[in-house]
Amino acid sequence: MSSGTLYDKVWDLHRVAELPGGSTQLFVGLHLIHEVTSPQAFAALRDKGLSVRCPERTVATVDHIVPTTSQSRPFADPLAEEMLSTLERNCAEHGITLNGIGSGRQGIVHVIAPELGLTQPGMTVACGDSHTSTHGAFGAIAFGIGTSQVRDVLASQSLAMNKLKVRRIQVNGRLAEGVSAKDLILHVIRTLGVKGGVGYAYEFAGSAITALSMEERMTLCNMAIEGGARCGYVNPDAVTFNYLKGRPEAPSGEAWDRAVQWWRTLVSDEDAVVDDEVVFEAATIAPTVTWGITPGQGLGIDECVPTLEQLEPGERPIAEEAYRYMDLQPGTAIAGVPVDVCFIGSCTNGRISDLRAAAAVARGRHVASGIKAFVVPGSEQVAQAAEAEGLDQVFREAGFEWREPGCSMCLAMNPDRIEGRQISASSSNRNFKGRQGSASGRTLLMSPAMVAAAAVLGHVTDVRNLSLQPTA
Amino acid sequence: MNSFPSGPVDQVVGTALALIGEDIDTDRIIPARFLKCVSFDALGDQVFADDRSELNGEHPFDQQQFQGASILVVNGNFGCGSSREHAPQALMRWGIRAVVGISFAEIFYGNCLALGLPCATAPAETIAALQAKVLTSPALPWTLDLETMTFASATDQWAVAVDSGPRQMLLSGRWDATSQLLDQGEEVKRLMQLLPYLNGFIAQ
Ligand code: SF4
Repeated sequence: MSSGTLYDKVWDLHRVAELPGGSTQLFVGLHLIHEVTSPQAFAALRDKGLSVRCPERTVATVDHIVPTTSQSRPFADPLAEEMLSTLERNCAEHGITLNGIGSGRQGIVHVIAPELGLTQPGMTVACGDSHTSTHGAFGAIAFGIGTSQVRDVLASQSLAMNKLKVRRIQVNGRLAEGVSAKDLILHVIRTLGVKGGVGYAYEFAGSAITALSMEERMTLCNMAIEGGARCGYVNPDAVTFNYLKGRPEAPSGEAWDRAVQWWRTLVSDEDAVVDDEVVFEAATIAPTVTWGITPGQGLGIDECVPTLEQLEPGERPIAEEAYRYMDLQPGTAIAGVPVDVCFIGSCTNGRISDLRAAAAVARGRHVASGIKAFVVPGSEQVAQAAEAEGLDQVFREAGFEWREPGCSMCLAMNPDRIEGRQISASSSNRNFKGRQGSASGRTLLMSPAMVAAAAVLGHVTDVRNLSLQPTA
Repeated sequence: MNSFPSGPVDQVVGTALALIGEDIDTDRIIPARFLKCVSFDALGDQVFADDRSELNGEHPFDQQQFQGASILVVNGNFGCGSSREHAPQALMRWGIRAVVGISFAEIFYGNCLALGLPCATAPAETIAALQAKVLTSPALPWTLDLETMTFASATDQWAVAVDSGPRQMLLSGRWDATSQLLDQGEEVKRLMQLLPYLNGFIAQ
């Protein structure tokens, strides 16, 4: 195999043909579907008299619209019920595995595919959801697609794509104590901007990246899309292999050994040429919080909301809009900003290590009065693991609600939402206007530990100032 | 209503509707709450829902003289914002079969193409004159012709542009990516036999 990046190698392995319009037909190794972006695609298939090309490479779950208080059927919201029953019908009709509620495998699509061992190095992964970039943490090329492309993948197990450029995000050194992968990615987006990655795949590399756990790498790649990069990836290594070993859908026995051997050949070569490279020093990164209405409007916890003069001219109009919408004046210190709602969950930070980090802050403390705080595990497996460790108890005793798995208040397509002008501290990934269910609601993005710290103090604070009581 | 596009799209014939304004985004074309649905069927009634309720019957999509129109004449950067395919779907289900404007947002343009809806461009002065004509003579039938790249009525004729790739795809009836992809069925099969993870990781 010629010398190149992992992106080049995986692209070449999956290239079916060059298409007349100038794009490449790319084979999709794993197609993940959920209830929101698949129903119209199945309907289009039916209209055209087509069937699903590879039902065995298609895996479904339900996550966006599920309620997190009671998941008994039928759901209270008839529209949500209709969306789930439509998915159930489509999966049954086409022989697609649906990891439904109570199966022990249900959860947010980007949480369950990795934990089941479905996501593996060297694959192409597509899903009708922009945070599909998450799966790149395994050294897969994974990207979000639109509904017409979901139809294409269902029908042909392939899609028309244009090749991206590769930018290496080189992170040297080690993250400081109390600084997480979420802080790192918020810092990268803040530095390169929300459009900075357009046209690129982000290759995350360097000693700070190899030191990250698989779950941290998923948090990192998850938010590549917020930086404009349609996919992000980390070259697979021993951390990747150890995570995958023994998972239900991962190879086993002799196939495992052959798999590892193959996976090792996929990593970017030493002399691979990338289109661009940006270097960060991990030790300089502080816990990072967004103050505005785009994920790029981030601040180290010791910083203040920037004044117009401190910003590039191009950033000023959106900053002015953010001052008004967030009701935060330039010069305001982000630490100390009061919050109303605290949400721990989502495909960014709803995994077991995220819940452990939050529980270590919550243990022995209590949510400040007047604050609504809740924890939504990313999947049934995460919920079970957390309950087995007693994390649910830790949270409940601290005054957090412990919920059932789903996307929840990340985008508020279910009943979980903020009200009116409320302001949330949220471990999710988007702080767009209205994102969390209220047209005037406000969101501050931060790590799960920082959300827990905000919950107990009632305002944004540096989690490093609180003593921790690790729970596991 | 006309049937949805299928096969070669060389001409779109019908009356036109002028919608004036720059940067009309997909949230306005179809507000987010209508995304909670399992089919695109109802979207035709919901197109521009919030703008229409604000104008209380005076929005072009509600005005009597524009009912039945199949060609939409817009200004610049039409269809910007979220990538939702619901936006062109809503326009198509209302009855629109082609859009003529100064410029289009890239994803919206691609989503239209995937449905067989041509988006043709013309300079700002042309569009302004066209919109004026459509507003004064709403019953006038027009033909958007992709062979001759013209937009014409019995009395007027204007030059329009369509990018060559999309134009070829529309004229040949190959605007639908699905059929192109399905053509390579044998290649897909061959590739699947080579991919290690589909074959027990046995070296090829
Ligand atoms: S958790 Fe949020 S970002 Fe992730 S898939 Fe669900 S809605 Fe999308």
